[in-house]
Amino acid sequence: MNKCMAFVKKLTGTRLFLPIFCLFLVLLSNLIKTPGFFEVSLKNGVLYGYIIDVINRASDLVILAVGMTLVVAASGGTDISVGAVMSVAGAVCCFILSGGQQTVNEFQNPYLLGVMAAIIAGILCGSFNGFLVAKMKIQPMVATLILFTAGRGIAQLITKGQITYIRVESYKKLGSSIPGIPIPTPVFVALIVVLLTYVLLKKTTLGVYIQTVGINSKASRLMGINSTMIIFLSYVFCGLCAGISGLVASSRIYSADANNIGLNLELDAILAVALGGNSLGGGKFSLLGSVIGAYTIQALSTTLYAMGVSPDQIPVYKAAVVVIIVALQSTELKRMVKRLQTERVAGKKVA
Amino acid sequence: MPGEHVLAMRNITKTFPGVQALSHVNFTLRSGEIHALMGENGAGKSTLIKVLTGVEEFETGEITLVGEKSAIINHSPQEAQERGISTVYQEVNLCPNLSVAENLYIGREPKRAGMIDWKTMNRKAKELLKSLKIEIDVTKSIDNYSIALQQMIAIARAVDMSAKVLILDEPTSSLDDNEVEKLFTLMKRLKSEGVGIIFVTHFLEQVYEVCDRITVLRNGGLVGEYEIEKLPRVQLVAKMMGKDFDDLASIKKEKEEGRVREDVVIDAHGIGHQGSIKPYDLKIHKGEVVGLTGLLGSGRSELARSLYGADKPDSGELKVNGKAVTVNKPLDAMMAGMAYLPENRKEEGIVADLSVRDNLILALQAKKGMFHLIGKKEQEELAQEYVKLLQVKTASLDTPIKSLSGGNQQKVILGRWLLTNPDFLILDEPTRGIDVGTKTEIQKLVVKLAEEGKSVMFISSEVEEMLRTCNRMAVLRDGEKVGELEEHELDQNQIMKAIAGGGGDE
Repeated sequence: MNKCMAFVKKLTGTRLFLPIFCLFLVLLSNLIKTPGFFEVSLKNGVLYGYIIDVINRASDLVILAVGMTLVVAASGGTDISVGAVMSVAGAVCCFILSGGQQTVNEFQNPYLLGVMAAIIAGILCGSFNGFLVAKMKIQPMVATLILFTAGRGIAQLITKGQITYIRVESYKKLGSSIPGIPIPTPVFVALIVVLLTYVLLKKTTLGVYIQTVGINSKASRLMGINSTMIIFLSYVFCGLCAGISGLVASSRIYSADANNIGLNLELDAILAVALGGNSLGGGKFSLLGSVIGAYTIQALSTTLYAMGVSPDQIPVYKAAVVVIIVALQSTELKRMVKRLQTERVAGKKVA
Repeated sequence: MPGEHVLAMRNITKTFPGVQALSHVNFTLRSGEIHALMGENGAGKSTLIKVLTGVEEFETGEITLVGEKSAIINHSPQEAQERGISTVYQEVNLCPNLSVAENLYIGREPKRAGMIDWKTMNRKAKELLKSLKIEIDVTKSIDNYSIALQQMIAIARAVDMSAKVLILDEPTSSLDDNEVEKLFTLMKRLKSEGVGIIFVTHFLEQVYEVCDRITVLRNGGLVGEYEIEKLPRVQLVAKMMGKDFDDLASIKKEKEEGRVREDVVIDAHGIGHQGSIKPYDLKIHKGEVVGLTGLLGSGRSELARSLYGADKPDSGELKVNGKAVTVNKPLDAMMAGMAYLPENRKEEGIVADLSVRDNLILALQAKKGMFHLIGKKEQEELAQEYVKLLQVKTASLDTPIKSLSGGNQQKVILGRWLLTNPDFLILDEPTRGIDVGTKTEIQKLVVKLAEEGKSVMFISSEVEEMLRTCNRMAVLRDGEKVGELEEHELDQNQIMKAIAGGGGDE
């Protein structure tokens, strides 16, 4: 019995327990309300079902959350421009592939060129943010507010205010699926981004440096760590992630819709980091936590759709659930509960 | 009524993961007494204070306070304060960007019609500080004033809350003698008003100057409570350390008079930093310990910082081992073989949430560069080696450094720099806020490092400590290096004279 308790304690004590528990809870609610939620079927060689939809749709967010995690950890601030940067990346890619026309049925330039340009656009946006935050020491929220507002305007400029369509089958593959592979492509993209980032953090010192800078930037400077560079790099990386995410999102709708790609996704990305049990004040972080957080958010949205909640009302329900999840993770609440318990025990003793 | 028990803590027990922080500790405070709480690092002093003020919870035991019918449990410092237990911590806990008056009355601002009554607040603040003989502009933000003054303001704030119990946790570690004297006058007055004062300090002399009683803790357990007259100094130290007093004076070997000095390791010429330290010349030889002495704010730390590139020097030349070096940032200095242990351990030294291992490895890693990751196994071995070498008390290498006691944290930071194998170490107040035992260990280590051929710059406010470790001293006054004292000139009187400006000038 004691051993069992110790095991439970150890399990609940681990960092990732709560994020996983929350995701589990969201999924569990479907088991009761929407039994069909976990059904998976094969249509045209591709897997379909709510659960596949969650994994697929969450990919954009997962990629964003990875970049956001590093930014939050290193600078103790958030990059609120990622949604807009996604639309810039999408616009750049479509502009190059369409050669400036509004609708094309075949690539005007090599596909790879478009992809590279989009990624570079993301990196440039990230560098701009990083320069403002790391070098000019502008508060992250204010610095990234610039691209948050200007980003979609830039995207509109590139697409000349039109929605640019790329009606080419191979362009759709990144956002849908590759023939012969039953799992949607975005899932792989997200997986690769997460894995590469993980390896990058583990195999270089970047992971430790980011945490060190986030926890104590004065000390890290005295130890010879270039905190300005580390913070800059984290923003560049975040821009890169936003670029990749933008490509996926643009491929889903085989177009560059400057107004809608990545709309409000920056807030979900920040939320994913928080749901993953990471402190928004910077410092120690868990990449996996953020990834789980991202899936939780998507699971929540899809769950609500499955329950037939109208899209306009979804934010309200989402907010309510988020409040509960965040409260569950708050240490202050845990203290309050514990105090109540001890007081009750003390009260019994007196009585 | 003097002598009445104000506060009684009985059977207090508290465990941290892997460490028994307090085990059945009793503590009694009477009204109108100054009660010293003594013990080595990790003895449990801070934990006992934290338990009392509600920063930490305790597992068993009870706390009774005069005027409260049943046993009390504080859940937060605010709650403790409402009950009349005020604390002034070792590190000043004020809001640096608020004015002095705001800091004094934060949370209890005088109000008129629901709005803060600034006029009254500033007037009251001024009166309060005046009664303590501190005359400053209360409308200026607090970061305009020295740490010493900030400390006094923090105490003023605590005093003004009409405390039954006033806890002073290492209040004197950043004050100079004059200010300590002022503080003691204040403490004695409060004592005569019937306040019970708990005084946590590492300075033995101060204990014997103001305290009435001493409670000694060791390794989380109670050693005993003593009246001051009945416990001579040597006995106190023996009780704190649990062994015979290792005579501090024996650390330094026979002074090697007239040692030949040849290899110059550090040769600074005209290095300065606008507004903090005027250009200075300084030569440091191989195997030499050079002390920097001077009053608080005389520019000791600033000199060290400009040498290390922590503040980019804006004039002068530096040669390390005969080679000209440009030091614009700490990394440059590290590459030239320097190491720097900063004065402010909490803010500039430790990376609180990271493990002991990470904290040890970081500087070496930074020196090696980002893409030459030190392998897991090598990290483990190196960390293990230095934890053992410096006898760091930690549950494991993965324990976050913040849960170690101050002295052990300092050892980790020292280890971090020793790992980089520097030729020249700058140690800025390495023994501040550290118990006698660890102090001795660190002093011994400095002497040993010098014997091994490393050069050390040693900064300390305690003259005796400097005398024990240094071969030579540079004297600073008002942001300027005003002279040097050679080995044969090193005695307390000479140093005092030089600091005061009576004759140490060159």
